[in-house]
Amino acid sequence: MKKRMISLLAAGILVVGSLTGCGNTTETESPAAQSSAPAAQEAAPEESSAAQESAPAEESSAAEVAEANTDLSGSVSMSGSTSMEKLANAVAESFMVKYPNVTVTAEFTGSSAGVESVLAGSCDIGNSSRALTEDEKAEGAVENIVAIDGIAVVVDPANTVTNLTKDQLISIYTGETTNWSEVGGADQAIVVVGREAGSGTRGAFEELLEIEDACAYANELDSTGAVMAKVASTPGAIGYVSLDVLDDTVIAVQLDGVDATEENIKAGSYSLSRPFVMATKGEISEQKPEVQELFNYLASEEGQELIKSVGLILPE
Amino acid sequence: MNSIVGNSKSKSMVEKSAQVIFTVCAFFAVLAVVSITAYMILSGTPALSQVGIAELLFGTVWKPTAAEPSYGILYVILTSIVGTTMAIVLGVPIGVFTAIFLAETASKRLAAIVRPAIELLAGIPSVIYGLLGIMLLCPAMYKLEQVIFADSSTHQFTGGANLLSAVLVLAIMILPTVINISESALRSVPSSLKAASLAMGASEIQTIFKVILPAAKSGIVTAIVLGVGRAIGEAMAISLVSGSSVNAPFPFNSVRFLTTALVSEMGYASDLHRQVLFTIGLVLFAFIMFINLGLTRILKGGAKHE
Repeated sequence: MKKRMISLLAAGILVVGSLTGCGNTTETESPAAQSSAPAAQEAAPEESSAAQESAPAEESSAAEVAEANTDLSGSVSMSGSTSMEKLANAVAESFMVKYPNVTVTAEFTGSSAGVESVLAGSCDIGNSSRALTEDEKAEGAVENIVAIDGIAVVVDPANTVTNLTKDQLISIYTGETTNWSEVGGADQAIVVVGREAGSGTRGAFEELLEIEDACAYANELDSTGAVMAKVASTPGAIGYVSLDVLDDTVIAVQLDGVDATEENIKAGSYSLSRPFVMATKGEISEQKPEVQELFNYLASEEGQELIKSVGLILPE
Repeated sequence: MNSIVGNSKSKSMVEKSAQVIFTVCAFFAVLAVVSITAYMILSGTPALSQVGIAELLFGTVWKPTAAEPSYGILYVILTSIVGTTMAIVLGVPIGVFTAIFLAETASKRLAAIVRPAIELLAGIPSVIYGLLGIMLLCPAMYKLEQVIFADSSTHQFTGGANLLSAVLVLAIMILPTVINISESALRSVPSSLKAASLAMGASEIQTIFKVILPAAKSGIVTAIVLGVGRAIGEAMAISLVSGSSVNAPFPFNSVRFLTTALVSEMGYASDLHRQVLFTIGLVLFAFIMFINLGLTRILKGGAKHE
C-alpha cells in the first residue's frame, strides 16, 4: 500500500512537472504576450522622448496633450479575424496606454463574423483579414485597410529553383509534386515545411492558394523562426513565412515571376498577400470620438511603427 | 527563553507545531495531485462527448481547423507509445550497463571521469538536446533517409525530422535517470551476496548477472518507471526533432507525440480545438497514472515470488 502511495505521488509530481512545462511555453508563445511586449516597449520610449522634446520648448502644450489623453474616455470594441489577433491586441494595448480612460476590447471570431457583428451594431470595428465583399459594402460596411499581410515562399540557399508558378506551389503543398526536378530544379526530394494548425500564417497561405486543409506537410513547426531554421538547414526544403522575417539564410522564390517585396505587394502583382481591414459601419468620421481617435492613432507615426512591429506592411 | 534545554511545556509546543507543519506540507502534495486530477478530468472530458470517444481516440485524421474538423488522435497516442517504448529499449540496456560499470567494474580513475559526465547530462536543459538534435542529428538522419528511400515514390521526405530522431534524443535524455537509480540499487545489494557468489566459484560476470542484478531488480524497475515517465512527458526537445506532422509512427515518418501536440497548437487553438487539446492532456495524464500503477504491481508481484 505504501509503495503504491509513493508511486502515485511520484506520478503526480511527474505530471505536475510536464504540465507546468507546457503551461510556460504556451504562455510565452501566446500571440498576445509576443505582440504586446514589443508594442509596449516601443510606445514607451517614443512617448517619453516626445515629452522630453516638447517640455523645454512649450510646457503648456505638453500639458494640453496629457489632458487630451485623459479627456477621451469610453470604449472601443473590436471583433473578427483570428489572423489579426496579434495586430488587434497590440493596438488595444498601446492605445490604452496612451488613453488610459478608454477601454479597447478585442474578440476573435473570424472575419465574416466580425463584419456581421459590426453591421449588426454589436461592436464598433469589424476586423477582417480579407477584402470586404460587395454585399458587405452594400450593407454599409466601410473598408478601412490598416495593414497588408504578405507571405514569402522560401527555399534553402542551395536550391536552383528561384521561380514557381502558383499551380506548381499548390501541387508541391498538396503532395502531388515531390521532386524539385519536376519544377525545373535538381533531382532532389522536396521537404514540405509548414506551420501548425491554427497559425495565422498557415491560415492565410492555405486560404490564398485555396488549399485549406489539403496540405501534406512533412514538418509542422510552431514558430516562424523554426520554419526559417529548418528551411535554411535542410537541402530541398520549402517553407512559408511572413514577409518581414526574410533574411539571407534562405532564398525567397518568385511567384509567377514576381519578387516577394513590399513594392510588389502594394502594387498588387504579388499574389500571396491580403489586406487587414478594420471595417466600420459608415465612414470613420461618423463614428464615436474614441473610434475616430483609434484610427487617427493608427495613421500616426506611432501607430505605423506599431503595425510594422507586428510584421505587417503599411498600405499606401 | 530560547535555550536548547527549555521547559517541558515549550518543548511539547515545538513538537506539536512541527508535527502540524509536516502534516500540512504532506497534504499540500496530495492537494496538488487531487486538484490537477480534477482539473484535467473537468477540462478534458467535454470534448470526449462532443466529438465522440471512438472518433477522438481511434480516428486517424487530425484536421482541427478544417471547415469540417476532424479530431482523431490515434496516431498521436500510438506515437507516444511506440516512441517511448523504443527509447526505453535503446536507453535502458545502455543505462543499466553503465550503472554496472560504475558500481562494479570501473576503476576509481575511470569512474571519476564517467560519473561527472552523467551528472552533467542530467543537468542539461531539454531544449539544448533539441537544438543539438536539429543541428547534428537531423542532417545525418536526412542523409540516411535519402539513401534508404532513394527509389521510393511514395515516401514523404521529412528532412531528418522523424520518429527515429526523437527516439534517439529521448534515449539519451533518460540515461541519467536510469543510470543514477540503477547504480544506487546495485550498490545497495549486500556485499555478502557478492562475496558468497564469488566464494562458490562464480566468475565476476556470472555474479553480476545471476546474483547482483536479480537482487537489485526492484530498484532497476523503478529506474525504468521513472525513465518512462521522463520520456513520455518530454516535450521541448522532441518537438524540435520529430517533425510534428500527424502520421503513423514508422521510423522515418514525421510524427507528433501527445506532449508536442499540446505544445505546438495550444498557442492559437480556440473552442473545440482547445478542448480536444485538453483531452490529449488527459490521455497523457491517464497514461502516466496507468504506467505507474501497472509497474508498481509488477514490482510487488516480483517481490512476492522471492
